[in-house]
Parts: sequence; structure tokens; C-alpha cells
Amino acid sequence: MEPILIAEGLTRHFGRLVAVDHLDLTVYRGEVFGFLGPNGAGKTTTIRLLNGILRPTEGRATLLGFDVATQGDAVRRYTGVLTENPSLYEHLTARENLRFYGDVYGYPEEKLPARIEAVLEAMGLADRADEPVGAYSKGMKQRLAIGKALLHEPPILFLDEPTAGLDPAAARAVTAMIAQLSHQEGRTIFLCTHNLTEAQRLCDRVGVINRGVLQAVGAPADLARQLWSGLRVEMDLHSEPSGAVWAAIKAHRGVRQASLVDGKVRLELESEEAIPGVIAAIVSAGGRIYSVMPEEHTLEEIYFEIQGANGASLEERK
Amino acid sequence: MRRWNWRAIRAVMRKDLQQVRQNRMVWLPMILVPAILDIVLPCVMAILPSLAPQDFASGSADLAEFFKVLPPSLQRTLGSLSPVQQWVYVSLNFMFAPMFLIVPLMVSSILAADSLVGERERKTLEGLLYTPMTDGEIFIAKVLVSFVPACFIELASFAGYGLVANAAGYRVMGRVFFPAATWWPLVLWLGPAVSMMGLGVTVLISSKAKTFMQAQQTAGVLVLPMVFLMIGQMTGLFFLGVGAILAAGFVAWLVGAWLVWIGARTFSRGELIVRV
Repeated sequence: MEPILIAEGLTRHFGRLVAVDHLDLTVYRGEVFGFLGPNGAGKTTTIRLLNGILRPTEGRATLLGFDVATQGDAVRRYTGVLTENPSLYEHLTARENLRFYGDVYGYPEEKLPARIEAVLEAMGLADRADEPVGAYSKGMKQRLAIGKALLHEPPILFLDEPTAGLDPAAARAVTAMIAQLSHQEGRTIFLCTHNLTEAQRLCDRVGVINRGVLQAVGAPADLARQLWSGLRVEMDLHSEPSGAVWAAIKAHRGVRQASLVDGKVRLELESEEAIPGVIAAIVSAGGRIYSVMPEEHTLEEIYFEIQGANGASLEERK
Repeated sequence: MRRWNWRAIRAVMRKDLQQVRQNRMVWLPMILVPAILDIVLPCVMAILPSLAPQDFASGSADLAEFFKVLPPSLQRTLGSLSPVQQWVYVSLNFMFAPMFLIVPLMVSSILAADSLVGERERKTLEGLLYTPMTDGEIFIAKVLVSFVPACFIELASFAGYGLVANAAGYRVMGRVFFPAATWWPLVLWLGPAVSMMGLGVTVLISSKAKTFMQAQQTAGVLVLPMVFLMIGQMTGLFFLGVGAILAAGFVAWLVGAWLVWIGARTFSRGELIVRV
């Protein structure tokens, strides 16, 4: 995989406050990278640093080989940014907004009208393109803001809380649009969010930041493996297990914990090697098994497990 | 060194002017003040003698004071005129000339405040900062969108004032008597310089002001020197002849350019983004 963004020890102070603290991060071309953290964790400051808006106090970062601190203007030619506030001119129409940003980004003049039409069409705004943006709903503004960020066809998109404040239908439409951008167009997406369901659905890898410190980074499944050594499985026995079955399950050496959740048996096992033995023990105790499903930890569980470590990184916790 | 991206600069200027058209708080004073100066004031000055003919027939004591500071050539010109003609000639050509400087000063200040603080107030500045425009290009766009229209409005206001003054005073003067020679350096040299000064002050204020209104009100103190010039000229304290106007313009250009230069040095993304 080809790295598109590399940060090494990236740090930013505001007076005595350390907003981003020695951030080491690599983002690869074509992936959706989720940058997760609570409000004030340093997500927006990181985006500003990576786009050359703010200068780092220490460390460095390159985006497509450009140094973000000294070549910010060049970096911003290749990035599209959806800020938390859509930054649209409400007195202008959608078409005029896109025309403005097309001119400012230096999109080829002869191709700009066709590109604007294509973006309006893709964002589902073609039929209201000549209305002032002030008359748009919040969801429409957000779609236009994504279109604005995409207009100059940047290889990497930074999306800062793209569904914040949207109603469920609008949020769903925006999430679908992001999925399409990543899977069909192969664009790299750096997604800042605290919406963990959204991140779980969209992200190939995630980084968790808190108080400026990157606490963990990796694919959700890899993070889960680092956080929890065992395996969780769910068994459907079609009824509550008998006392003998419970006793057989609990007596098995590979079982750490057993519980009944929504009529199904949930087991925390030491490893997947324990599965055949547990199944055999249940069957020999008279139980009948209809399905065995390994259960992955949700991103929400991973996130809170990491955040619960009071700022310590996964490496430190090992 | 990278060349300036004029396409982007023009786009920002066009967008800012479109914004001005939409905001009555911005364009209304830019119409009202020139209208009062160009239409109401010359008409009142031209009509005054017909309202109090006795007072003007024997000559005004105030004008006698004013005459004392005039250059000899101008005193000779006025000597050949009747008292009423003297009043119309002096009031429309000289007395309110300094007040005319309020137009470029006010217009550049209002436009700069709207362009710089308004962009932040409307929460669109962050989007602009994420574009590939350099800090210098954004600054140039903001300066030009304030300075160029201010100069145009000043010229239009001068033309309007000239038309109304000549039309209103024609019955008394019997000829086109406006503008006197002092108006040309006033309009073409001192006016743009004052506009640059207003712009420079507003740029500096804008880095601290939170709202357009706050920036505009703070920049409003710049009108005071113009009022002082007007009172000084009306009371005969001094006379703004061509030489004085050229010298004042030189000083105003220097001060204006210095203020804008300081503004340019402090205008950086890193500073602006933390105030978004």
C-alpha cells in the first residue's frame, strides 16, 4: 500500500495547551481512515496542521510528498476539506458557490461548467442549483459542501464531522455518499468523527485520539485483538441450557466466561482452538447446537475500551 | 517566487461585491452619505441666499473671515463677484470640500470591514483558508475589493456633486463655476490616499473585531480628522490650497501604505484560523 500522508512527531501547542502531541500516523492511498475522539481531542487541529493552515510546533508531516509546513499552498491543491461548518456563501446559488471554488482552486476554466453540472448531479442538487444556498435545508447544504470539497477532484478528502447536526435521513444520505466516494472512486478519505456507527460502517482503519495523544491506530479487528486476547462466540441452542449443559460449558478449560444474552449463549473463549472442545462438551451433556457465530467487538466497544485507559496508548498498556 | 493567481483574486472580489449587494447594512450608508453630500448639501447652499436675501446682499461676516486666508489670485476672482455669487462660489467650491473626503474614507472602511470581518462572521472564512490561495492573494483580494470601489464611488460622487452644484448655482452664477482647481488634487490624489488610510485602519481593527458592526464603528473615528479639516476651512483657520492638498495627500498615502503593510504582515492563516 502506498502512503499518501505521513506524520512524524507532529505537535502543536497553543500557549500551554498541547492540542496535538507527537502524532505519528500514516494514511494509505484509497483507504477510509477514521480519526476518532471526543470533542476537543485534537481532530480539527490535526486537519488544520495536515493542510498547512497551522504550523506545527514540532515534528513534520508530508502529504503526497509535500511538506505541510512549508508547502501548504501546494498541499491544498490536492486536498478537499469539508469543515464542520459547511463554509458556503448563502447569498450565492449552489452553481455560483461551485463556480467560485472552481476559480479559486484553479480548475481548468473550459472544463469547469461541465464539472459543476456533474457535481450537482452527483449530489442530487441539479434541480435546485440556481436557488440561493440560504434557502437550502441543512442536509442539502452538507451535500453541497461535500460537492465543493470534491469539485477539483482531490486525491484525498478530509471530512470533519460530516453528519453532525443532520437528521437521520440526511445523515444516511451523506454516509452513503462517502461510501460511494471511497469504494467506487477509490478516493482516500480522512474522516473525523465521534459517530462510531458511521465510522464502523465506513472505515478501513481508525485512529483514536484523546487530549492530543494518538492512543491507538489500526483496523478495528486488529485493535480488538490487541485489546482482548480471547474470542467471543455466540451459540444458538434454541432454548435456555439445562444445568448439565451450563456445568459442562463452565467446566471447560478454554471458557473464560459464559452468559445468556437474548436467549443465546455468549462465551468468552481463550482462543478459537477451544471451540471444538466446547461444542463436544455441550453435545455430550445433552445440548443441541443450531449455530455457532464468532462475534466481533464493535468499534464502540473498542473505542470505549481504549478511552477507558485514561489516555495511555495501547503500546504503553502492553 | 510564485506569480499571483489573479483568477482566484478576481473570484474573491466578485463574490465579496455580490455579498455587499445583498447586505443593506453595507450598501445603504454608501448610497445615503454621497446622496446627502452630492444632492442635498449643494442645493441647500445654493438656495440659502434666496431664503435670506438681506443677509447676503451686503456680504457675510463669516465669508470675510474666510477671504483672509485665500490666496491673492482667488481673492481677485471673488472680488469681481456679487456677495450672493461669492457665497455660492465659496460654499460650493471650498467650504465643504474636506467633507467630500468622507466618501472614499467611509466606503473603503465599510467594504474592508465587510470583506474581512464579515467573512468571519458569516462563517465562510475557514473554507477560504483551506483553498490553495496564498495569504498574500487573499489579502490583496480583500484590499482591492475595498479600495477600487471606494475610488470609483468617490469619482462618481464628485461627478454627481459637480452636476448638482452647477445646476443649483447656475441661476445665481450664470455660468459653470465648479470645480475650482483645488478639486482635482483633492479627488485624484488626496481622496484615494484617505481611502487607503481608512482601509489600513480597518484592516488592523479587523484582526481584533468580532463583528462587522464593531469594526465599522471603531473605524468611524477616522471621520473626525475630516470634520476638523472642514471646520478649519469654514472658520478661516486655514485654506486647503493645491499645495496643502498635495502635501496632505502625500502624508495620507504614506500612513495608509504603512498601515496596510502592517496589516499584510499580520494577515496569516495561522492567526485567522484560531479566531474562526
